[in-house]
Amino acid sequence: MRPAKAPAPPLPAFRAPVVFGALLFLLLLLLARSLYLQRVDNGFLQAQGSSRYSRDLEVPAHRGRIVDRMGEPLAISTPVKAIWAWPEKIEATPDQLRALASALDMPPGELNRKLASAGDFIYLKRPVAPDVADHIAALQIKGIHDETEYWRYYPGGEVMSQIVGFTGDRDIGQEGIELAQQSWLGGKPGNRRVIINRRGEIVEDVASIRAPQEGRDLALAIDSRLQYLAFRELKAAIELNKAQAGAIVMIDAQTGEIVALANWPVYNPNNRTRTVRSKMRNRALTDTFEPGSSMKPFTIAAALDAGKVTPSTIIDTAPGTLTIGGATIHDAHREGALTVEQVIQKSSNVGAAKIALSLPSSAMWQTLSEAGFGTAPHTGFPGEVGGRLRPAKTWRPIEQATIAYGHGISVNLVQLARAYTVFSSDGELKPVSLLKVDGAVAGRPVITPETARAVRHMLEMVVLPGGTAPKAQVPGYRVAGKTGTAHKLDGKTYSATEYVASFVGFAPVSNPRLIVAVMIDQPSAGQYYGGAVAAPVFSSVMGAALRMLSVPTDAPVNNVVVPPEGTDVKEET
Amino acid sequence: MMARLNVLLLVVLVACAISLVTSRHQARKLFVDLEREQARSRSLDVEFGQLQIEQSTWAMPARVEKVARDQLHMQLPDATRIEVMDELKR
Repeated sequence: MRPAKAPAPPLPAFRAPVVFGALLFLLLLLLARSLYLQRVDNGFLQAQGSSRYSRDLEVPAHRGRIVDRMGEPLAISTPVKAIWAWPEKIEATPDQLRALASALDMPPGELNRKLASAGDFIYLKRPVAPDVADHIAALQIKGIHDETEYWRYYPGGEVMSQIVGFTGDRDIGQEGIELAQQSWLGGKPGNRRVIINRRGEIVEDVASIRAPQEGRDLALAIDSRLQYLAFRELKAAIELNKAQAGAIVMIDAQTGEIVALANWPVYNPNNRTRTVRSKMRNRALTDTFEPGSSMKPFTIAAALDAGKVTPSTIIDTAPGTLTIGGATIHDAHREGALTVEQVIQKSSNVGAAKIALSLPSSAMWQTLSEAGFGTAPHTGFPGEVGGRLRPAKTWRPIEQATIAYGHGISVNLVQLARAYTVFSSDGELKPVSLLKVDGAVAGRPVITPETARAVRHMLEMVVLPGGTAPKAQVPGYRVAGKTGTAHKLDGKTYSATEYVASFVGFAPVSNPRLIVAVMIDQPSAGQYYGGAVAAPVFSSVMGAALRMLSVPTDAPVNNVVVPPEGTDVKEET
Repeated sequence: MMARLNVLLLVVLVACAISLVTSRHQARKLFVDLEREQARSRSLDVEFGQLQIEQSTWAMPARVEKVARDQLHMQLPDATRIEVMDELKR
């Protein structure tokens, strides 16, 4: 038997409960802490956790394209890079800076100047093509960064500039259609939350926080080819006549679509750094002018509708002047007794005034107003104006007489072209549209079909020898139209030397397809009559446009009759 | 008897668990592929836009006219040299 060990001294009786209590306390402390972290203050740790596997990504949405009626792009957004620098933070060797300068296609001196100029942020270049930006990123210069942005390109350039407009920063429309249709074109970027793996690949879509909304494409009524044609001819006429400005509008007579609308002066929407504001104006829609004689057909139509005259009623215009309440109206040529048809053909102010004065002012006002004068053409274009047509109650007789030949009333060119749909159709005013329209549209009757046909015949006489605009004739097609030559308003009085020459017409007369309105502001190369300045533009644009659209001819090709030199019929307004 | 059933259920459970893991893995792989293709589709979209810009720049009427006139020496025929065919009488 082995000897027994000495028994250990007995432990104090309190020790076990104390240890047990301490352990229990610590356990409870841990439980409480974990409860606190799980239930109460859980935000921080959850954020830390999710930041390791989940990401919120922006889902880009690009702006819709603007295309012409054939689908040719007029405005496209494409992602590009902007290179920016934080000059204070730049650490670069001279070699790196040289490489950067050559990549940016910028002299090294200019780069250094830019980097020295600003404190904490400067754009070095925007836009930069994505591959160039990758090349710059590969240089790994501290303090040089890039960011992706959308840049909008306008392939149509200056030809389309005033219609399409342009976008500013962050691709938001600033002018023209870009501004008017911002909500249709603009995309809204979305957000989504994803789970990524350690290689940075997206492995799961957790939630879509906000679905992206892509911008939608927009088809304009504009036809690129006709637009270019109109622009080219307008530009040529403005240079030939040393004019200050001009505009041309082409409307589809059946659908009311604006298939071409060009202005001068223009700007390049792709490079606007030195563009002055006034060049951006779409004069055909935002500016008004006094139309002059192109208003006469409406006066005559009102009189025909009221039964006051017939096309063959004789109006005595001798002696070429008419005095009303102290003011005197002149004709450029003394004509004597004219039929109503000839009043239009020769563009007699006295004749038009006399016919107007036979009408109650309210009847004349009503015809003009229903033809769309005094109200904006509702194209949705920003800044479009409605011109001025004062209420008939305020007309004095002299005003009624001058409005008859287009003074004391102001219009914009689109409005004037639209008003001529009354004569190209059988008396109906068609709504105009800058956007593509499918099929023919219904108009609103303004004058009776008989009156419309009668005026149409008078307008055809205008371009024939003996009329004011033989230069508006088009080989192979019957055309009809009216000249306008108006003194420009210079403050409150009319200028004696500055004119606005215009021509509005349509063709082919047998079944009108196109309406073209031309306005040349302040021609100063000697000629200033609408028949001499604006009518040739009408003729070349109309002829080429009808051929481009393969419109069947309605006259033999040798139909153009040029009156002998010196027998031109001039008009004062 | 009871023990056998339990073993069987265990085997089924393990099989299910493993198939869940594989299908989950498959799903992730496919999702990565999907993401990659979507990114490709976006970059192709971008390229398409750039090509459209390029094409319309080349096809600008002003340029076409210049090339036709200057390089190809083309000209517009005047109206007397244009014969119009009537579709109805053909």
